[in-house]
Amino acid sequence: MATLLEMRGITKTFPGVRALDHVNLTVEQGEIHAICGENGAGKSTLMKVLSGVYPHGSYEGEIIYDGAPLTNRGIRDSEAKGIIIIHQELALVPLLSIAENLFLGNEVASRGVINWPRCFQKTEELLKKVGLSEAPTTQVGKLGVGKQQLIEIAKALAKDVRLLILDEPTAALQENDSQKLLDLLLELKRQGITSILISHKLNEISRVADRITIIRDGAAVSTLSTAEITEERIIRDMVGRDMAHRYPDRVSNPGEVLMEVAGWNVWHPEQTGRQMIKDVSLTVRKGEIVGIAGLMGTGRTELAMSLFGHSYGRNISGSVSMGGKAVDTSTVQKAIAAGLAYVTEDRKQLGLVLEEPIVKNITLANLAGVASRAVISRGREQQVAEEYRRAMSIRTPSVFQKVVNLSGGNQQKVVLSKWLFTDPQVLILDEPTRGIDVGAKFEIYTIMNELVAQGRGVVMISSEMPELLGMCDRIYVMNEGRIVGELTRAEASQERIMALILKNETKAKVA
Amino acid sequence: MADTAASGGAKGIGAHLGGHLRENGMLLALVAIVIFFTLVVRGMLGVDFLSAQNITNLFLQNSYVIIMALGMLLVIVAGHIDLSVGSVVGFTGAVAAVLTVNMGWPVYAVIPTCLLIGAAIGAAQGYWIAYWRIPSFIVTLAGMLVFRGLTLWLLNGQNVGPFPKSFQSLSTGFIPDLFAVGKPNVTALVIVAVAAAIVVWLGWRARARDAEFGITPEPMAMFLARNIVVTVALMFVGYKLATFRGLPNVVIILGLLTVLYAFFTESTTTGRRVYALGGNEKAAKLSGINTDRLVFLTFCNMGVLASLAGMIVAARLNSSTPKAGVGFELDVIAAVFIGGASMTGGSGKIIGVVVGALIMGVMNNGMSILGIGIDYQQVIKGLVLLAAVIFDVYNKNK
Repeated sequence: MATLLEMRGITKTFPGVRALDHVNLTVEQGEIHAICGENGAGKSTLMKVLSGVYPHGSYEGEIIYDGAPLTNRGIRDSEAKGIIIIHQELALVPLLSIAENLFLGNEVASRGVINWPRCFQKTEELLKKVGLSEAPTTQVGKLGVGKQQLIEIAKALAKDVRLLILDEPTAALQENDSQKLLDLLLELKRQGITSILISHKLNEISRVADRITIIRDGAAVSTLSTAEITEERIIRDMVGRDMAHRYPDRVSNPGEVLMEVAGWNVWHPEQTGRQMIKDVSLTVRKGEIVGIAGLMGTGRTELAMSLFGHSYGRNISGSVSMGGKAVDTSTVQKAIAAGLAYVTEDRKQLGLVLEEPIVKNITLANLAGVASRAVISRGREQQVAEEYRRAMSIRTPSVFQKVVNLSGGNQQKVVLSKWLFTDPQVLILDEPTRGIDVGAKFEIYTIMNELVAQGRGVVMISSEMPELLGMCDRIYVMNEGRIVGELTRAEASQERIMALILKNETKAKVA
Repeated sequence: MADTAASGGAKGIGAHLGGHLRENGMLLALVAIVIFFTLVVRGMLGVDFLSAQNITNLFLQNSYVIIMALGMLLVIVAGHIDLSVGSVVGFTGAVAAVLTVNMGWPVYAVIPTCLLIGAAIGAAQGYWIAYWRIPSFIVTLAGMLVFRGLTLWLLNGQNVGPFPKSFQSLSTGFIPDLFAVGKPNVTALVIVAVAAAIVVWLGWRARARDAEFGITPEPMAMFLARNIVVTVALMFVGYKLATFRGLPNVVIILGLLTVLYAFFTESTTTGRRVYALGGNEKAAKLSGINTDRLVFLTFCNMGVLASLAGMIVAARLNSSTPKAGVGFELDVIAAVFIGGASMTGGSGKIIGVVVGALIMGVMNNGMSILGIGIDYQQVIKGLVLLAAVIFDVYNKNK
């Protein structure tokens, strides 16, 4: 087998962050090469370097592709050489048809005039290759995510792809769609197309990959062949420490009930008659971390946001009490005043003003805390920011750095600082470690432990079950808008949580 | 992951200049444009561009743009736009004319009434934008047509005037000379000197406070140089005005409003929230900020300033005309963008906007003196706007 791609000593820095540190990667002709690593380890950055999103010159190191140095000035250059990347966020135009999307920027045309019959014919050939039976004129927005993913691959095929890069292609897919996609990858391999597959899912990797490269904290740690791949080995390389030490120790000592939610019902904001949260009741005690487990789309975020100032949904009913007294949380202001804080799962869209400096983000939810009679004291504001920078060890040259320049972990610490500055009794943390590297995860866990040690209550929503099992005193299991079970730390296990979810599903189907 | 803490330390003047390239760049551009016109006007026509009369004219001609630009900055920072201000200028001017000239209302009643009408107009537009989420472009485009039409209807297509002296003094009046020395006007000199002293003192105090909290201040040389330039410029303008007819009332209004809005945007919680709203509305909302009300108030404020500008324009022309304010919205919006506000909202400074408006004003005035046709003037102004924004984008991407 010949070497198709060799990346040597790739180093890429952003302001304040070294995202890649002398990464080497070799991909053989015709293999499926998996790249594995925690969120924020640098996988996506490496692929952006390869695909020309970061042009030649904006990084250090060299890339040899097909025997010659690769000096991409942009995505078009790399696409011309057959390197095509399919990003996590799909790059399709939802209002255009399949045919229009497939040949976007690459139209079947002579002198600017599109040859529609030929275009449709080619579209049908490509759709057959990826195993889709849809009309070429179907609007892409009307297809499910799984089918859209296949359209993306067909689009790559239309450009005579030689090296196909897929960035977590199955992250948003259902099980059977994922299987279809992996089968297609194997089929493409038989046709001689080389693929790089970025994935978290170890079962997928062991099923299709020939080799696997593990990246941790911006450096390639190891490259393994299929024979060497074991789950333990991958995890050890990914995490860099044994699983036992992934979560900081804490003596659990829950006190009296801090927050109590009873009979909480929420309807979908647009679709009438669709109930998103059904009769949810839960309690949070002083000094307790309460987990909420569940599959994606079961209503965990919707529950949290509806509790926090009715920020989601309509026709909300139910009661919230803090410290035994009923409170009104119908606006965000009232929720904050009641002692509630919500750290969103989507910190870039919902948590931060990215173009503003750290200091202004930290004080945003409690400007009164740094102002007297509505006049902000710049000095007091900076003092507060410096305090949180120390307490949270936010790594930045200055608190006047724009948060857009920080790494995911540091951004999350800024969001946490913002909410701690409102001095909440109960914090709802929605996927607090999403998109954060392992080291920073450990720091966030440590901060959570400090919060409960101070007598606050924490609600932790997470899709990563090991994280919930490692951190929580109690776990509520949610499915389809209901709480279907409650497990203590001693009772909880991955199997029991899944069992509770599945039992409820079968029940729902019977009914 | 690299730990890049511990840079800080003493920043050089160069680094500081680089960090504040936009603000200093626009100020330098203004100075350069003034020098350019001074030389060219003297060389070609043998006239003094910086004559007392011309400086007075500059302020009288451009006051309305600066006043509205203050409000437009907030609108644009909040992520919106207001196309209706030109028509609101015409409409409130017409209302003022009808009330004073046709109905004989006293001036002290007319001015607050017009300001309230401005607020109501802003509220009427802001309501749909803030609470119904109708794009501000659409709502204010509609407002632009509606209020132009109402102006025509109210004035019957005729000019209405003249205004009583007291109303005219809004624009063409001057602060009386209390010391009665004659020329130069000592009152004007004293006011300007006090203003300059306050500016320096405030800067000094802010610097001292920053030092107390351990904020690295701008280099001393930089601080001194800027304050000297500002003081000299203020005193020069003040002296020139004093040798002519004294301080125009409009300059006082302008100065007070500029200080007020600079303070509001930089130092108050509400001001800060407007920037957060423009930077990321959803994040602002989830931080407990009442974003809808803030947008609504931003448009109310714009309405008040537009009506103030409308009265000043009417007072200056000494009559209300159906065409008053046509195209003003473009001058105002251009001034805001030349002043460094971002199209997507969330950033922009009051000082930048004032400088941006002055750049436009000086160019208008200089080109008119040189007898450059309105055709070329438009082209040049358009290119300056484009160049300023390109400069911005280039700096950001660098």
